[in-house]
Amino acid sequence: MATGLNPSYFIALSAALFAIGLYGAISRKNAIAVLIAIELMLTAVNINLVAFNKFLTPEAFIGQIFAIFVITVAAAEVGLGLAIVIAIYRNRKSVNLDDFDWMKW
Amino acid sequence: MVQFALNHAWLVPLLPALAFVIIVFLTRPWPRVSSTVSIAAIFSSFVLASSIAYGVFTNPGFIEKPLEYSLRWFGMEGFTVKVGVLLDPTSTMMLFMVSMVAALIQIYSTGYMEGDPQYSVFFSYLSLFAASMLGLVISSNLLQMFVMWELVGLCSFLLIGFYTFKISAREAAKKAFMTTRIGDFGMLLGLLFLQIIFGTLDLTELAQRVPAFEQFGISLGLLTLIAILVFIGPIGKSGQFPLHVWLPDAMEGPTPVSALIHAATMVVAGVYLVGRTLFLFAEVPGAMEVVAFIGAFTALFAATIALTQREIKRILAYSTVSQLGYMMLALGVGSLSAGMFHLWTHAFFKALMFLGAGSVLHALHNKADVWDMGGLIKKMPITGWTFVIGGLAIAGIPPFAGFWSKDEILAVTLQYATHGHSLGYVLFFMATFTAFLTAFYMWRMIFLTFFGKEKPENHPHESPRSMTFPLIVLAGFATLGGLIGTPWANYWSKWIHFGQPHHGEPSIGLMLLSVFLGVAGIGLAYIFYYKDEEKLRVKQLAERYQTLYKISFNKYYVDELYLWFTRTVVDAGAKVLYWFDIHVVDGIIDGMAGFTKVSGRGLRYLQTGKLQTYALVFFLAVLVITVVLAFGNPTSAGILGGGK
Repeated sequence: MATGLNPSYFIALSAALFAIGLYGAISRKNAIAVLIAIELMLTAVNINLVAFNKFLTPEAFIGQIFAIFVITVAAAEVGLGLAIVIAIYRNRKSVNLDDFDWMKW
Repeated sequence: MVQFALNHAWLVPLLPALAFVIIVFLTRPWPRVSSTVSIAAIFSSFVLASSIAYGVFTNPGFIEKPLEYSLRWFGMEGFTVKVGVLLDPTSTMMLFMVSMVAALIQIYSTGYMEGDPQYSVFFSYLSLFAASMLGLVISSNLLQMFVMWELVGLCSFLLIGFYTFKISAREAAKKAFMTTRIGDFGMLLGLLFLQIIFGTLDLTELAQRVPAFEQFGISLGLLTLIAILVFIGPIGKSGQFPLHVWLPDAMEGPTPVSALIHAATMVVAGVYLVGRTLFLFAEVPGAMEVVAFIGAFTALFAATIALTQREIKRILAYSTVSQLGYMMLALGVGSLSAGMFHLWTHAFFKALMFLGAGSVLHALHNKADVWDMGGLIKKMPITGWTFVIGGLAIAGIPPFAGFWSKDEILAVTLQYATHGHSLGYVLFFMATFTAFLTAFYMWRMIFLTFFGKEKPENHPHESPRSMTFPLIVLAGFATLGGLIGTPWANYWSKWIHFGQPHHGEPSIGLMLLSVFLGVAGIGLAYIFYYKDEEKLRVKQLAERYQTLYKISFNKYYVDELYLWFTRTVVDAGAKVLYWFDIHVVDGIIDGMAGFTKVSGRGLRYLQTGKLQTYALVFFLAVLVITVVLAFGNPTSAGILGGGK
C-alpha cells in the first residue's frame, strides 16, 4: 500500500460520488439517468467498503467480499430496472419519470 | 324390552328428530316415503313410550325415586349443564300421551294433506314438533327444557305459517312467535335467577334446594318474583290471559297442526312446566294464588268469548284456552294430580274435536262458519258421532273422560276454599260457571254443525279411513280415559301427585252439580240451536244485548287494545329512539367518518406518486436522523436507537 494516501481522500471521493448520485437520482427526469445515478451511489458505497477494509482490517477481506456482493446485486437490480423501464416505455411511450405517476390519489 | 326402553328413553324424542333429518335431506321428493318415515319414527317412539309406561306404572318405586340419568353437556368453572332424562310417572304419562296423539295426528295427516305440494315438508315439521315436545317432556333440567321449549315454539311458527301464500297465516305465525317470545323472556329471567341463586337448574336438585331457600340468602319476596317470572313463560306458551291472543289465530295452520298444538304439544308445555316446577310455586303462596287466579280467569274469559264465535276452529281454540285455564287453576290450588289429569283427558277429546273439525272442513272445502253448516251427521256419521263423544267429554257428562278430570279440579278447588283460602270460593264459582258455559258453547257448535237442517249448497262426504281411524281411537280414549281417575278408585293420584297423594273426596253433591251444569248447558244449547229452527230466540238475544254480544264477538277487544298500544305507545317510543339514532348515534358516527374523509382529502396531496419526491423525503429524514445522532444530546440519541 502506497503510503501517504490518507483515508480521508477515499471518504471524500466516496461522499462526492454519493452526493452526485443522489442529486442525479432525485433531479433527473429520465429513468435511465436515474438508474445510472443509483449506480453511482452504489459505487460510492463500494469505495467506502474497500477503503475501510484496507485501512482498518488489512488482513481480512470482509469489506471486499461485501463490495463484490453489492456489485452482483447491483447488476441484477439494473437488469430488473431496465426491464421495468422498457415495459413502461412500451405502455407509455416515455421514459420520463413525471409520466410514471400511477401510484398517486 | 321394558328395561331397554327405560334405559334408552332418549330414543323416544330422537327417532322423530332423525325422521326430520331424513325427510329434509333424503326423501323430500317422494311424499309417500316421507310420510312413511315420519309415521314409522313416531310409531316406534310410541311403542317405546308404551314400554316405558309399562315399566314405570308396574313399579311403585318410581313414585318416590324417579329414574334419572344424564351426560355433561357443557360447562365451566362452577357451572355445569347436563342433558339428561328424568322418568317419573308424570313425564312417563306425558311421553305416552304425546307420542300417541302425535302418531294419530300424523296418520290423519296422510289423508288430510293428500296432494299438498309441500306434503314432505309438512311431515318433516310434524316430526320435529313431536321430537321437541318429547324432548321437553323427558328433560331432567330446566335449561334443556328451555331449549326444547324454544324448539317447540319454532315448530309452531313453521307450522302455523305453513300456508306461506296466505298473508293471514304468515301474520298468525309471526304473532304466535312474538307473543310466546314475551313469555319466554320472563321465563329465561326466572331461570337465570334460579341458576344464580341455587347454582343448578337440575329439577331434582332444585326440588331439594328450593324449600331451603332461606339458607341461600334470599327472601320470600324474591322467590315470589322468581316464581312469577317463570310463570310468565307458561302464560305465553299455554295461552293464558293476557298472552292468549296468539292461540286463536294459530288456527291459520292446517287443521292437524291445530290439533297437535292444542292437544298434545305446544300449549300443554306450559302447564307441564308449571307442574314440573310446582316445588317452586308451592313455597310461595302468593305465586300460587296468581297461577290459580289467572287460570280461573282465563277459563271464564275464554269461555265467554267462545259463546259468540262463528268459525268452528276458533270456537275450539277458545275452548282450549279455557280448558288450559282449568289446568292452571288446578296447579294453582296445589294439585298436580288434577291438573295433569285434565291435561291427559283434554288431550284426547280436544285432539278428537280438532281432527273432527278438520274432517268437516275437508268435506266442506274449508267453509269454516258453523252457521253455514248443519245436518252433517247424516253424511258424515263417523266424524259426527265421534265429535259428539268429544262434546260430551268436554261438557263433563259421566262417564266420559272430561267429567272425571273436571270434577277433580272442582273438588280440589273446593277443598282449597274450605281450607282457609277465601279466594278459593271465587275460583270455585268461576270454575263452575265456566263448566256451564263450556257445555253450552260446545253444544251450540255441535247442534249448528251436525244437526238441524242440511244446507243444500253443501255436499259433504265422509273422510277417508286414514282420517276416521284416529277419530275412533281418540273417541275411545275420550270415553274411557278418565276411568283411571275416578274418586272411588283413583289410580291417577296414586301415581301422579305433588306432596301427599290426594284427591277430592268422592262427593256426590259436587258430581251432581257438575252433571247438572253440563246438562243445563247442553239443554240450553238444545233449546236455542236445535228446537228453535230459525234461531229466532238467539238472534233476539243478540239484538237485545248488542253491546255484550259485540264485546264477546270481538274478544273483549284485546287484540285491538294491543294494536292501539303498539300504534301509540310503542310507535311513539320508536319515533323518539329513531330521532336519537339518526341525529345522535349516527351523528357521532357520521362526524367521525366526515373528519376522516376531510383529513384524508387534505393529506392525499402528499402522495404525489412521484418516486423522486419520496426519495427526497427519505433522504432528508435520514439526514435529520444522522445529524441528531451525531450532534444531539445523549437522550435524544437514546430514543433514536444510537448513543451507545
